[in-house]
Amino acid sequence: MTALRRTALYVVLAVAALTFIYPFLWMVSTTLKPPFEVGTLSLIPRDVTLDNYRTMWTRAPFGRALLNSALVATTITTAVLVLGSMTAYAMARLHFRGRPLLNVVTLAVLLVPGQLTLIPLYTLIVRLGWVDTYAALIVPYLFNATAILMLRQFFLQIPQSLVDSARMDGMGEMRILFTIIWPLARPVLATVAIFTFMGSWNEVLWPLLVVRDQQVMTLPQLLTVFALGGGAGSMGVSLASAMVLVLPVVIAYGFLQRYFIESMAGSGIKG
Amino acid sequence: MHADVRTVTRSEERSGWLLSAPYAVFLATFAVYPIVFAIALVFMRWDLVTAPSFAGLDNVELLLQDARFWRAVLNMGVFLAIHIPLQIAAALALALALNRKLAFRAFWRASFFLPVVISGAVVAILWNSLYATDVGLINRLLVRLGFAPVPWLTDPLTAMPAIAVMVTWKNVGFYVIIYLAGLQYIPRSCQEAIELEGASAWQRFRFLTLPLLLPQTILVVTLSTINGFQLFIEPYVMTGGGPLGRTYSVVLYLYTNAFSYQKMGYAATIGVALAVMIGVVVAVQRWVLGRAEAQ
Repeated sequence: MTALRRTALYVVLAVAALTFIYPFLWMVSTTLKPPFEVGTLSLIPRDVTLDNYRTMWTRAPFGRALLNSALVATTITTAVLVLGSMTAYAMARLHFRGRPLLNVVTLAVLLVPGQLTLIPLYTLIVRLGWVDTYAALIVPYLFNATAILMLRQFFLQIPQSLVDSARMDGMGEMRILFTIIWPLARPVLATVAIFTFMGSWNEVLWPLLVVRDQQVMTLPQLLTVFALGGGAGSMGVSLASAMVLVLPVVIAYGFLQRYFIESMAGSGIKG
Repeated sequence: MHADVRTVTRSEERSGWLLSAPYAVFLATFAVYPIVFAIALVFMRWDLVTAPSFAGLDNVELLLQDARFWRAVLNMGVFLAIHIPLQIAAALALALALNRKLAFRAFWRASFFLPVVISGAVVAILWNSLYATDVGLINRLLVRLGFAPVPWLTDPLTAMPAIAVMVTWKNVGFYVIIYLAGLQYIPRSCQEAIELEGASAWQRFRFLTLPLLLPQTILVVTLSTINGFQLFIEPYVMTGGGPLGRTYSVVLYLYTNAFSYQKMGYAATIGVALAVMIGVVVAVQRWVLGRAEAQ
C-alpha cells in the first residue's frame, strides 16, 4: 500500500472512531455545562458545574435504582452461572431418561421470538402477585438457554477419564463440577457472565411492564420514565441521569474490551 | 460416543434428575407454558381485573382490520428497508478497513463496538438530544456548515429514517465482528491470484470478497431482521410513535395494548402475529439468499 493510501485509511478510521466516541464525549460535556451553554459546540464547558447531577439525584431515586440494578444483574448472573452449570453438566455428562427431551425443548425455546411470550409472561407475573417485586425482575431470568447450551458444549469436551477418576476418588457430581470442571471452564464462564450481566443491566422493556413503583425500578427504567415524564426538565439533567447507567459499563469495558467483544458478539451469533 | 456404551448407573440417573429438575420446572413455567398460553390468549378477552372470557376469532378479525396495526407493520417495513442495507454497507466497510495490519487496531475495533455495550434506553435519550431541532449537535453542525436545521424527529418523512440510522450506529460494531471473522477465512492465495490477473480493487471486492462473505451477509440480514422487529425503546423514548404514527413499531403497539388499554388477548394476538411475521420474513430472506449462495 502506498503511503498516501495508508494515510487515507487512517483518516477514515479516525473519522469512523470519532463517529462512535464523539456522541458520548458530547454527552459527558453536556452534563457538565450550565443550561445556557448547552447549545454550544465546544466540548469543554466554560463553567464546569455539577448542578445537573445534583438535580437528577434529588428529583428521582437514582441511588436506589443503581442498587436495584446491581442487585438484579448480580443475582441473575450468579444464578445463570451456578444453576446453568449444574443443568449443563447434567445435560452433557450424566445419562438419565428425559435428557434428550430437555435438549430438544431447550433448542426449540431458543427459536421462539421473545415477543410471543411477553404478554403471557406478564399475565403470569400479575397472577403470581409479583408486580412491583424483585422476583418479577429476577425469576424469569434465572436460567438462560443460550448460556446452558454454551456451557454444555464446553462440558462435552472434557475427557471422560477425568470425570471417571474423580468418581473413583469418591467425589459427588457437584464436587466434580465445581472443583474440577469449573477451573477449566473459566473462559466460558467469563463469556456467559458478561453477556448475562450486560443483558440484565441494559434491559428496559420487561421492567416497564412489571414495575410501576419507583423504589423497585432498575436504572434503565427509571431514567426512561424520568426523561419521558418531564422530571428531567432539561437535556443536561436527562443526560446526567443516563451517565449513572453508562459510567460503570464504560469503565468495565475500558479494562475488559476484548472479553466484552468476544462475549457479546459470540452470544448473539450462537443465541 | 464412548459414554453411550456404558451402562447407565442408578446414581447417575438420580444425579441427572436432581441437577436438571430446577431447569425443567423453570422451562415448563417460563418458556413452554407462556408459548401455549399465548395461543390460548388469542381466543380470549381479558383485562386482568375481571375473569377472562372466550372471544372466538374477535381478536384475529380486529387485527386484520386494525389500521394502526398495519401502519405499524408498514413502519417496520420502512425501518428494515433502510436499516438492513445500511447495516450491511457500514459493517462491511468498517470490517474491510480493519482487516489488515494496523496501528491501534484494538482501539479502532473497541471504539466501533462501544455503542453495542450501551443500553438502548441511553442511546435513545442521547440521540434524542443529538437530533433536537434547535440545540441538537447534528443541527448545530448543519447550521455551522450553512444548511437549514432539520426537524429530524418531528417531520413524518424523516422520523423513521432518523431512528433507523441511530439503530444502525448502535449495532454496527456487532456486525463488524461477524464480517471480520468471515474475512479471516478468505485465503491470501486467492487474493494474490486475482491480483496477478490484473483485477482492480473494486473487481476484487465485487467478484472475490463479496461472494465469499455471503454466509456472513446472510447472518447479518437474519440477525438485524430479528433484532429490528424488536424495535421498542427507541420510538418509546424519542417519538412516542409519532409524528402521525410514522414511528409506531409493532412491539410498541403491543406494549400499549397491554399496558395502557389492558387488552391482554389482543396484545398476545399481536405478539403471535409478530412471531409469525418474523418467521416468514427470515425464511424468505434465507431462501432468496440461499439460492444466491448455491449459484
